[in-house]
Amino acid sequence: MSAPIGSPTVPPARDRGGPAQPLLTVDRLVKHFPVKKGFGGTRAVVRAVDGVDFEILKGETLGVVGESGCGKSTTAKLIMGLIRHDSGDLLFDGERIGSRALPLRDFRAQTQMVFQDSYSSLNPRMTIEGSIAFGPQVHGVGKRQAIERARSLLARVGLEPSRFAARYPHELSGGQRQRVNIARALALEPRLVVLDEAVSALDKSVEAQVLNLLMDLKQEFNLTYLFISHDLNVVRFICDRVAVMYLGQVVEIGPADTVLAAPAHPYTAALLSSMPSMDPDARTQVAPLAGDPPNPINPPPGCRFHPRCTLVEDVCRGTVPPLDALDASHRVACLARQPNSGHTLAPTPTVAA
Amino acid sequence: MALATQTAPPVLDIAGGAAPLPAAPDAFVPSRGFWGQVGHKLLRDPVAMAAAFVILAIVAIALLSPWITPMDPYRGSMVRRLRPIGDATYRLGSDELGRDMLSRLMMGGRLSLFIGVTPVILAFIIGSGIGILAGYVGGWVNTVLMRTVDVFFAFPSVLLAIALSGALGAGVFNSIVSLTCVFVPQIARVAESVTTQIRSRDYVDAARLSGASTLTILRVQVLGNVLGPIFVYATSLISVSMILASGLSFLGLGVKPPEPEWGLMLNTLRTAIYVNPMVAALPGLAIFIVSISFNLFSDGLRSAMEVKA
Repeated sequence: MSAPIGSPTVPPARDRGGPAQPLLTVDRLVKHFPVKKGFGGTRAVVRAVDGVDFEILKGETLGVVGESGCGKSTTAKLIMGLIRHDSGDLLFDGERIGSRALPLRDFRAQTQMVFQDSYSSLNPRMTIEGSIAFGPQVHGVGKRQAIERARSLLARVGLEPSRFAARYPHELSGGQRQRVNIARALALEPRLVVLDEAVSALDKSVEAQVLNLLMDLKQEFNLTYLFISHDLNVVRFICDRVAVMYLGQVVEIGPADTVLAAPAHPYTAALLSSMPSMDPDARTQVAPLAGDPPNPINPPPGCRFHPRCTLVEDVCRGTVPPLDALDASHRVACLARQPNSGHTLAPTPTVAA
Repeated sequence: MALATQTAPPVLDIAGGAAPLPAAPDAFVPSRGFWGQVGHKLLRDPVAMAAAFVILAIVAIALLSPWITPMDPYRGSMVRRLRPIGDATYRLGSDELGRDMLSRLMMGGRLSLFIGVTPVILAFIIGSGIGILAGYVGGWVNTVLMRTVDVFFAFPSVLLAIALSGALGAGVFNSIVSLTCVFVPQIARVAESVTTQIRSRDYVDAARLSGASTLTILRVQVLGNVLGPIFVYATSLISVSMILASGLSFLGLGVKPPEPEWGLMLNTLRTAIYVNPMVAALPGLAIFIVSISFNLFSDGLRSAMEVKA
């Protein structure tokens, strides 16, 4: 399918594959970190990201949720090329990142990231307009122009340039700093913005303001977001689709409304029920998910979730569930949801299958 | 949309509607800048300011000494040896060869300061280079560089300076070389640890994501954050360097007589300590005053550079 000719929103030169082509395809991405065990002991690996598969469609917001340590941030850093992946593929608009058609430098001009720690992500010795103007200057924009662009971006993210442009990061509040970080990410006119827990450290009211700002900016600049968070409320609010990660793998992915309303994977269900209810009569009585996630150095065999799963059966201990389609847009890696898996709860296969 | 109704009341339009990017107004309040703030704080620190004044005064005296010494610092008088402090001709007494102590102390500041400060400046340049490279690149480069540097820590610095000076031979140049070798590892280690810390900050990652080259990142993002702490450490080494340099001269490995130099003067007056202890102690007092001034000043600099989070 070709891009609509004369599309008012996306310049045709940048959008190569057309709207049907996913902006980013993450294909069986793997990253293992070696760790030394004991003195002169054998080398072990932390399977931080262990075969992650998903696609980000153009113009959507894909949420990635999961417990601490499930590999969300590592996935983001792998996508951005801040750490090198061991195997798997990353395709940006159909081109392999780092290939001749799309060198890393060109890819980085189209993808930016907002970090969780708003203070650590700004140089304390630089004025905030200097921080925002740095990226454009690297790409050959003159200093005056870069500063001008920085100021208009500051105004766009809600910070009066005359009051804020020449300030230093420690003179700003957390929410203001995160607005600066967003402005910096936008300074290079990216197509994809990775938001790694970008609002998690903010107060609830500030968080809501920044989320609304993000939604406005997305419209205005035709952005695609990869939104990493552990807060399901926020994800429900901002995301079109959600990917749920557990121990370095995607266990469920689908439209946010479906996944968060009728979760197919027992882990997603447990995550949802662990949210405190607003209704005092509907309080959670039993801990929905006991214990910590297993050690990613030695993940359990079979389904990685089986030691904590309520639906566990013998088959789960031996068979690794594939991430199979439940319907056109919803995929889940759970044997209890897959026909012919051997699980007693598995749906009976349809005749056509 | 649950969040919008729960926690997001109508304040939300704070970021403005979908208006086109407004033109940035030109007027803005200039901030003092980081170094401006450091200078401002330093000016309000009486101890640091007093120390800076003492240092500047001594440097000025040393620089101007050929023109302002009351007597010729080289001309001795066999009949007027070891005069006490307060003598009519010799205000601060005379040394074992009857030379004016005041003139020799003023003149001696030139060499003492020179061989005290130069090694620190050289070591600051070399050590920062090694340490920043090791800290920023990391990996095996770090291992090779820092383990090599660690070898130097096996020796006490005094011993290392004496051994190097002894091997190279006496002289001003050689003692500067050996003192530089003593300080490079110390500065490199500080530089490495500071750089490793800065390197893991998100703003360095953000700079990488903007497509900047390693050199640009080092120059724009890293250097400004790293050089401050290294500089503070280096200023604290100046006093050590002066004492070590004087020590080398005292042992006959630095400056040769009859050049006036505080360490050497301390050595030659050693024999007179029972005859006229006050005069014999004067060069030591000069070393003490200068080194404590440098220490107090670097303390003030350290506290002025602390960035509040």
